[in-house]
Amino acid sequence: MHIHRLEKIWLGFGCVMLAVFLVIIGISAFASGNQPPSDATLIDPTQVDQTKPFDKPGLKKIDDNRYEAVMVSQAFQFTPQNMVIKKGATVDFLVTSKDVVHGFEIVKTNVNMMVVPGHINSIEYTFKKAGEYLIVCNEYCGSGHHMMSTKIKVVE
Amino acid sequence: MNAISRKLKEFEMERGMPATAIGLKEAKLAFAHVSFSLVALLIGGLCGLLQTLVRTGVIPEIAGVGYYELLTAHGLMLAIVFTTLFIFGLLFSFLGQSFGRFEEFPRRLGWVGFWFMMLGVVLVTWMVLAGEASVLYTFYAPLKAHPVFYIGLVIFVVGTWISSGAMFRMYADYKREHNGVHPPLQAYMSIMTVLLWVVATLGVAATILFQLLPLSLGWTDKVGIELSRTLFWYFGHPLVYFWLLPAYIVWYTVIPKIVGGKIFSDALARMSFLLFLLFSFPVGFHHQLLEPGISAFWKYIQVVLTFLVIIPSLMTAFSMFATFELAGRRQGATGLFGWIKKMPYRDVRFLAPFVGMLFFIPAGAGGVINASHQLNIVVHNTLWVTGHFHITVGAAVALTFFGTAYWLVPLLRGRTLTKQLNRIGLVQTMLWTIGMLFMSTAMHISGLLGNPRRTGPAAYFKDSLVADWIPYHVAMAIGGTILFLSILLFLFAMFQLAFRAPKGMEEFPVAETEEAAMQTPLFFENWKLWIFVTFALIAFAYTVPIWHMIENAPPGAPGWKLW
Ligand SMILES: [Cu+2]
Repeated sequence: MHIHRLEKIWLGFGCVMLAVFLVIIGISAFASGNQPPSDATLIDPTQVDQTKPFDKPGLKKIDDNRYEAVMVSQAFQFTPQNMVIKKGATVDFLVTSKDVVHGFEIVKTNVNMMVVPGHINSIEYTFKKAGEYLIVCNEYCGSGHHMMSTKIKVVE
Repeated sequence: MNAISRKLKEFEMERGMPATAIGLKEAKLAFAHVSFSLVALLIGGLCGLLQTLVRTGVIPEIAGVGYYELLTAHGLMLAIVFTTLFIFGLLFSFLGQSFGRFEEFPRRLGWVGFWFMMLGVVLVTWMVLAGEASVLYTFYAPLKAHPVFYIGLVIFVVGTWISSGAMFRMYADYKREHNGVHPPLQAYMSIMTVLLWVVATLGVAATILFQLLPLSLGWTDKVGIELSRTLFWYFGHPLVYFWLLPAYIVWYTVIPKIVGGKIFSDALARMSFLLFLLFSFPVGFHHQLLEPGISAFWKYIQVVLTFLVIIPSLMTAFSMFATFELAGRRQGATGLFGWIKKMPYRDVRFLAPFVGMLFFIPAGAGGVINASHQLNIVVHNTLWVTGHFHITVGAAVALTFFGTAYWLVPLLRGRTLTKQLNRIGLVQTMLWTIGMLFMSTAMHISGLLGNPRRTGPAAYFKDSLVADWIPYHVAMAIGGTILFLSILLFLFAMFQLAFRAPKGMEEFPVAETEEAAMQTPLFFENWKLWIFVTFALIAFAYTVPIWHMIENAPPGAPGWKLW
């Protein structure tokens, strides 16, 4: 098949760029560990209240600079509400759902993931700036979806 | 049009029948699809307008019908009903142009398919308006809609399969009768489009028939959500190409004629469509990058496969600009960019699709961002994605369909596009452009600020962040209002073109191929091979993760009705 010379240059350029993008993403994912939240842990969505650690959702201090936030999503709220942490601390968020699919987004951060019943999803984030952070559900979950939110206060 | 068709055409004209550029019966079938697609456009557009106004707080939620009912209706009416009906009407027209008269059997099959689609649409719309199916157009298992909603969807999809069967039959007949000859380009592209649709809808049919409908009927009490979402997105991404490919057919075969040029290369056009078929399927996980239960490794594999779709997109872009430049030079343009001045901007048949192409440049770039392994986390489920959706389907595809309708509707009705209606078309295109710029820009920016998509008027305890989003909601409402005005103007013009415009024969714009373009190789017609390769790629991308989802399945989730 005959392909025009300029077309070859254009496609060649495109394919090279494509390869460059993919290599960058690949290095970022597999060498630097920047993987999207893909937790494989399972849980029975009807037994969340009886399953550890979700039987006692809440913020736990692990050490000086690390917390674990065990959170339950259900229509239309997150548990716990209004957490307070120290500036500079890293939080491991462990989230599951008792009913339908929810989203978990901390506005203006890179914390964003899907919360699917039957699964646990997790992500860690270091809060470098003090202030109030808004957590919203960003996946439609019913008529009260836009009411579903909570906050994290990061104090000095 | 072949000899028999031409003869029959003469008989029709002697009997005083409308003079359409394709057969009268073929035109009727296509027009039925197109006219009902316009009804869906009106309803869907109105829901969209109300949605932007409700979210901005200009009007309170309308009695009984809330934001999410509007959202469901808006999505279904525009993204499924308007597009699918318009596309099937357009493809029947392309086949009428390519093959001449349809045989009795496939034409009847086309009508059976049409009435199935209509019945499906009525059932689905009824359930949505009754508030029994506020599950948005992506279903959101384990949300549980009324069984009639799912049955309506099944009937709709079965209707499209029947119509696709009619098209496959025509294509096979043509191939049998014309040994060793390439079927016309428009026919090849049309068949590729419906083939893509049929393979894609297998996924959504599987989740509806085996998961959602049994759950909704109470035959099962639990559903595997990740599996359902994976089956949905196996359909959901090729769906994007089902919208785009008909627009590309217009770009490749119609636009060159309108700008006074030729098709750059027949082989190149066929090749890009073939690549779209191959690369459209193994990509669904890039919609599920932030979900649990799918390994990061397989997500990455599908990101790589997703990026391959960029190649045929680049081929299309090249082909378009090559066509424009060659046409411009033939008309005496000089210099590197002189041809830009030679394009027929005062012809709505060109202007609307051309603006659509321009929108597609940022839209494609945005798509690369959305599909990226890590960048996705910044924009996932925010209004950025909605903005992206509106400049791909809502601008590139919709504007191309608008520009197409200005010649297709009069052609199907034996009427002509008048100067005055062309002018209305130019104004309508400008309104759509301005409205879309307002709306999609506001969506993209506020999405980057974290504003979630598919979310009703939210105060979030009067958080100060939310205040930052308000100006963007105002811009969206302004954009939405302008877009709705554009729809009204478009429907006015379409009504005129269908029933009032002067009688006459509107030409079917199909370009010839450049003489310099080489012979098209016959391997493009090796359908068994290409279908095999398609399924091999699907199997490669999905077997292990789906096996994992089934073998390592979580306890199922019960269904919920939360609205
Ligand atoms: Cu939610």
